[in-house]
Amino acid sequence: MRRVAIVGVGMSKFGEEWTRGYRDMLIEAGSRAVEDAKLSGAEIDCMYVGTMAPGSLVGQEHIGALVVDSMGLIPIPATRVEAACASGGVALRQGYMAIASGMHDCVVVGGVEKMTDTPGNEVASALGGAGDQEWELFMGATFPAIYALMARRHMLEYGTTEAQMASVAVKNHANSSKNKYAHFQNEITLETVLKSKEVASPLKLFDCAPITDGAAVAILMPYEQAKKHCEMPIEIIASAQASDTLALHSRESMTCIKATQIASKKAYAQAKVTPKDIDIVEVHDCFTIAEIMAIEDLGFFPKGKGGKASEDGKTALNSEISVNTSGGLKGCGHPVGATGVKQAVEVVWQLRGQGEKRQVKDANIGMTHNVGGSGATSVIHIMKRDG
Amino acid sequence: MPSENLAITWRRLPERYRLIGNSCENCKTNYFPNRKLCPKCRRKGKLMQKQFSGKGTVYSFTEVATGPAGFELESPYVLAIVELEEGPKITAQVVGISGKEVKIGDSVELLFRKIMEDSPEGLIHYGYKFRLVRKN
Repeated sequence: MRRVAIVGVGMSKFGEEWTRGYRDMLIEAGSRAVEDAKLSGAEIDCMYVGTMAPGSLVGQEHIGALVVDSMGLIPIPATRVEAACASGGVALRQGYMAIASGMHDCVVVGGVEKMTDTPGNEVASALGGAGDQEWELFMGATFPAIYALMARRHMLEYGTTEAQMASVAVKNHANSSKNKYAHFQNEITLETVLKSKEVASPLKLFDCAPITDGAAVAILMPYEQAKKHCEMPIEIIASAQASDTLALHSRESMTCIKATQIASKKAYAQAKVTPKDIDIVEVHDCFTIAEIMAIEDLGFFPKGKGGKASEDGKTALNSEISVNTSGGLKGCGHPVGATGVKQAVEVVWQLRGQGEKRQVKDANIGMTHNVGGSGATSVIHIMKRDG
Repeated sequence: MPSENLAITWRRLPERYRLIGNSCENCKTNYFPNRKLCPKCRRKGKLMQKQFSGKGTVYSFTEVATGPAGFELESPYVLAIVELEEGPKITAQVVGISGKEVKIGDSVELLFRKIMEDSPEGLIHYGYKFRLVRKN
């Protein structure tokens, strides 16, 4: 297997982008990535695009062809990857494997979702497809409800509080207020979260990631070529993925995401690092409880202590571990298929020292953690800068 | 929710109307909804139909303020994961109460109820819901 590096990254401004569609957002992100990688474009020989539900959201399938066409990259192979909210992370893994295997030498990995063309309850139904359509959705489950069921168990089993969950949203808004690409540019208070409208008890509006439009792109090359090509290639030193049951109710424990535990163990072994070596991590905080479970499942805090750690500020910028420097899904926004790629974009920026006002000191090793559905798919990457 | 056609509804009747799942004779694990393949034994498994009692306890719950498309009239409603006495856990609504009147561990029993309507002229879907068992 060949070593793999990211040589260029870019993203579109995340938010409610009423005037822009798939093509506009991907071209914005893609052009920035190609420019960042100092490529002409002719070197690119393969493309993967992560997107979850373009068919249900805007009636468009065949996104691989749409993207390769609009980016002027015909006739390279272009493939759409779908793994619900983990579509972007799984697309990145396909790109990693394409380079590592020797099959391709310059791969573009994109992620995109166009969500605000669709009424809210239809978006909720489309996203519900990440769970079990016949046995969860049919009974009236929404995604906030499914994560609420996990939150309620976490509160019972570990004493996690609503204020601890709220502190995750406050921290992620603080980070996203320093990120010019983020959906939300404002800080919020604990009170704002706790007094927001209940969506699915105990989760309130500000416990939930928003509905966002956006795209993100990363360009991959073999590490040896990347070293000659650019000043600071960021090597992907681990890529791991695991699966679990589609429906939450089929799992033994609902206070952890087992696929995350398994994938992270594999990733740490591949990269030959431990949780203590990770300086920054982008975790999948589709709901505040999801970040609390993630920092436990990834081994940064003991099981059941994630809520307390968040409340005590141990996950803020430049603290014990800087979690979701981009603002995460909550602050930066969650254009579903784009999220997994955006996580990699943020980690690359941080490792290169381009994190602007949110730059973490001495960030050498970073991680991305992208979850599909309620945990049926989990995909993890670890990245490292040279020297 | 995407509308379901009649064929989908028909093939789910044993589970949705009568709470019939299955059980693997090889490893003795009970499944609801039924599995087409025992995930533990795979081809060595032997799945047999099983009638579930409809008795269970609340494993977790939430009050959903706004349901997905098709559940507008129901909202708000209590959605729970019910642990059936035979082992499997299922997602279902608990009726006749608000989220403040239920707690984890409460005993519940099966009811047959309308779940939702596809559209004003569409199919009416029925299936299982639960209610709290009244303590005397």
